[in-house]
Amino acid sequence: MHIDWAALGQVFGVTLVVTVGIVGLFTVGIVGTSRKPAADGAATAATAPGAGARAGAMAAFALCAVAVAYGIYLIVAT
Amino acid sequence: MEHITLLIGIVIVTALVFDFTNGFHDTANAMATTISTGALRPKAAVAMSAGLNLVGAFLSVEVAKTISGGIIDESAGIRPEVIFAGLVGAIVWNMVTWLAGLPSSSSHALFGGLIGATVVSVGTGGVHGEAVVMKVLIPAVAAPFVAGLASMAATRLTYRLARGRREADTAKGYRAGQIASAALVSLAHGTNDAQKTMGVITLALITGGVIAPHSDPPMWVIASAGLAIALGTYLGGWRIIRTMGKGITDIQPPQGFAAQTGAAATILASSHLGFALSTTQVCSGSVMGSGLGRKGGVVRWSTAGRMVAAWALTLPAAGLVSAGAAFLADQGSWGVAAVAVLALAVCGGIWAAARRKPIDHTNVNEGPAAEPVGVVTAALQTVSPPPAGTVTPAATTAEAATPPAQPAQPAQPATATS
Repeated sequence: MHIDWAALGQVFGVTLVVTVGIVGLFTVGIVGTSRKPAADGAATAATAPGAGARAGAMAAFALCAVAVAYGIYLIVAT
Repeated sequence: MEHITLLIGIVIVTALVFDFTNGFHDTANAMATTISTGALRPKAAVAMSAGLNLVGAFLSVEVAKTISGGIIDESAGIRPEVIFAGLVGAIVWNMVTWLAGLPSSSSHALFGGLIGATVVSVGTGGVHGEAVVMKVLIPAVAAPFVAGLASMAATRLTYRLARGRREADTAKGYRAGQIASAALVSLAHGTNDAQKTMGVITLALITGGVIAPHSDPPMWVIASAGLAIALGTYLGGWRIIRTMGKGITDIQPPQGFAAQTGAAATILASSHLGFALSTTQVCSGSVMGSGLGRKGGVVRWSTAGRMVAAWALTLPAAGLVSAGAAFLADQGSWGVAAVAVLALAVCGGIWAAARRKPIDHTNVNEGPAAEPVGVVTAALQTVSPPPAGTVTPAATTAEAATPPAQPAQPAQPATATS
């Protein structure tokens, strides 16, 4: 019996990196586009995200969209 | 086109019935967490999944040439009766696990059924034992760990990055991301599993001499297989969806997103790298992983244990049913008729039993009845520190009431990010 440990390890590594990477990117996008919470004790309301944060968030979402497109490509191509 | 004999016709109908049970059995893989986090309403979720399954059936032209991936020796005299008996075992096991609300692999049921029928009809020489280990056992054992660890790490990371944000502000984004991941899982399911049925029907047509060997499935086979799996998906295996979406752990939007993305990444990465992991085990594992990844998250190990028991039983149980069916079917036409009648009676009985306590789209998101604390849960509770901040009684139906803000996070080791 021959178990292909290398292939299994590769699957595990790629899965871990891709999952954590996509979830991380998408969370950056969510954090970038959602309102900042009001500081403790401050009377101000929650503030809208700045332009820079917005642009970064959009870039993160775009990368996630690219990943989804690649996933569809993998499904269609196999 | 030659005429189709009655037996071939029966095999085709049975294959489509299996395809249908495959659909409603595996809806949970893609849609359970999507429904339980409220990303999509139950009906909308199954409709979307059904549509993508149908699309997926037409997407790939690379048809599985071997229905069993080399597990049985298809040249060793596989007759339509054997395929029929294998399908019956797979259908019966799918119905039993559906009644119990347990997600088990439809592919394993099909493999087990074909193995059992082959052993009775052809002998043990018709089964490749090593292929069973390589294609069924190892992928099934590895899948929950790979997907679970990835989802656990992703859940930790996303809670850490988004800490301090109000849940109301982030939930919408998480739900949108989760729908995209669930869509990918549905699409992959359509291409993989509908193709299996197409392969079975094509093999039956070839053995019956209706179409030439090595020919592609006719269009009506592709269309009917796609429609059967889509119809089954749309019907929704609500019992299994409830177990996966609510029974294993209480899933909140960040967890649902991490779990579904982990499942999609695992399925695509593993099949692309040539070490395909079992979809059902991947999806269940990632749900468990997301439950472990949230602070204060509780995995109901008694439910998980029953699920694992069902996984282990799938191959032998479907095999036993199919072995009996193959024995009967080998007796001649009356045997085939007897198997068909018995199978219909069993499925009817299971359906009637399910009607007594129906679970459908209206009550799919109600938590499971508080179950007695299992041995593993109790043991873990005694050794694990109580969850920080919130005091939620374990193993009850805490309906998404846990506040998202984790007070005073202690110096947590940097979450494994890459």
